[in-house]
Amino acid sequence: MMEKEYFISSYCHIRNNTISLNGTTLYQEQHPDFKSLAKSAYRYFKTDYSKFFKMDNLSKLGFLAADILLKNEGILPENEENIAIVLSNRASSLDTDRKHWESIRNPDTYYPSPAIFVYTLPNICIGEISIRHKLYSENSFFIFDEFNPSHLFSYANGLLDMQKAEKVLCGWVDFDGPDYEAFLYLVNKKGAIEHSIEEITRLF
Amino acid sequence: MSKVYVSHNTIVSSLGYDSLSVVQKIKDGRSGLQTISDIKLLDQPICASIVDTRKLPNIAKEPNLEEKYTRLEQMLLVSLGNVIQASQIELTDRVGLIISTTKGNIDVLDHDSPFPRERAYLAELGKVLKDFFGFKTSPIVLSNACVSGLLAIAAAKKLIAQDCFDHVFITGGDLVSKFTLSGFNAFQALSAEPCRPYDKNRSGINIGEVSASALITKDNTNLAKESVVILGDASCNDANHISGPSRTGEGLYRSVKLALKEAKSKPEGVDFISAHGTATLFNDEMEAIAFNRLNLQNTPLNSLKGFFGHTLGASGLLETIVGMHSLHQNTLFASQGFEEIGVSQPINVIKKTEPKPMDTFLKTSSGFGGSNTAIVFKKVSE
Repeated sequence: MMEKEYFISSYCHIRNNTISLNGTTLYQEQHPDFKSLAKSAYRYFKTDYSKFFKMDNLSKLGFLAADILLKNEGILPENEENIAIVLSNRASSLDTDRKHWESIRNPDTYYPSPAIFVYTLPNICIGEISIRHKLYSENSFFIFDEFNPSHLFSYANGLLDMQKAEKVLCGWVDFDGPDYEAFLYLVNKKGAIEHSIEEITRLF
Repeated sequence: MSKVYVSHNTIVSSLGYDSLSVVQKIKDGRSGLQTISDIKLLDQPICASIVDTRKLPNIAKEPNLEEKYTRLEQMLLVSLGNVIQASQIELTDRVGLIISTTKGNIDVLDHDSPFPRERAYLAELGKVLKDFFGFKTSPIVLSNACVSGLLAIAAAKKLIAQDCFDHVFITGGDLVSKFTLSGFNAFQALSAEPCRPYDKNRSGINIGEVSASALITKDNTNLAKESVVILGDASCNDANHISGPSRTGEGLYRSVKLALKEAKSKPEGVDFISAHGTATLFNDEMEAIAFNRLNLQNTPLNSLKGFFGHTLGASGLLETIVGMHSLHQNTLFASQGFEEIGVSQPINVIKKTEPKPMDTFLKTSSGFGGSNTAIVFKKVSE
């Protein structure tokens, strides 16, 4: 059952005001913060998805990276492909957690919002990607102190070996204060790059 | 692939500090939920189940444990410590640790907390547990909303199958906190009364806190007598809405279908269902629809939320452990708080705790982000 060969067919980075696909810069523009970058990138890539503006920073970050990667792969929602999503980061949903906490901290300004609270879970980002691309598939969100390629490697292989998914969208989507970083890659049964811990580490 | 088992286990909750005492209270129909008025939690009385950490057994045998470890950490140390001890497994590089939680030490965001705010990072929680017990491998934190506890079992199985580990300890926990209560209250989801899953008069959820721990292993020696083998598991997203469940129960339907397929089992092979049953209108209705689509409407089913409330990241693991004891004791546990069916499709909610010879149960969980997980477990034949 094990030792099958898998490949990385596409990968996408969003960091330092730059969005790249398979190592080629697609979009680069100086922005004061991620919110402004996200808005501008949304227009540049003709994302056309009004729910985008309701998302928190973490979801926007993961959503944009997934959208660019999956569109490039020609994945269409109507095909309902079996693509699992396995994401990871360091700060979980703390960026939004802090916002929710600010809204309830002081009794005089106590005003919790369901629209914020719902984003105080990191896997909401996976939910947003799943809704957009109609992925009724396996999903998991892991938290590590730092990027953990060997865990993602084993987990993706596990999903593919046990035929729980045809492809696996993996990566790191972290948002903490002013810092943001997304690195997503698609593990596939065909592709140009070998799916290995070394290659994942190199691409990251 | 070799078999993977769920073996030694401990529940730390308002009903007791080990699985057997907790399960006895369930059999006796005693709920851990109570009305609590604490302005530090919410500006109105809540119904919740809360662990009195001052009474926890001090497993570290060191004084002033509460100065060194947060409330959640103390709960996790006790339950995980008990399981490690019972398993007699040496913590080598073949032993993994998965921590299942939604919010971890979220209470340290409070300026009144004596702990540094960095403790809110979930990896810090992992590090505390790793260092305390001396795990040799990196702790894996799984934070996937309310399916985390059940998904952790499926994740451990995958990692064992990939030969990353021989054994994986899972510990799950979340606190009843101002953070969580204020959010669910903003959703108008909280019930001031003990929750009543699937009942006509249900009025929402209660939040509860537990820590639950279990050993997942491929080694069939020294198994706990209530051990089960994992026959099949699946997780499917609803791909529909981030906070509301799918009206058709799509993700849950697909999860159960695939879990049964992997288990090579049919609906009639399932002796009972330990369902999610939060007691919100939408969740319970969604489950009833999914179970009918699966032809599981006659299978005895319970929700344990009436005993513990919704224990969030721990719930799937907690409810699996109780389900294992239910199988081992050949006893169906009544679904606390249920009297009259309150969903639009028929389901067979267990009204009375009673003996029944059993081999197999299905555990399901659903959560925010459209997540659903289902696992089929079978008794270990002796």
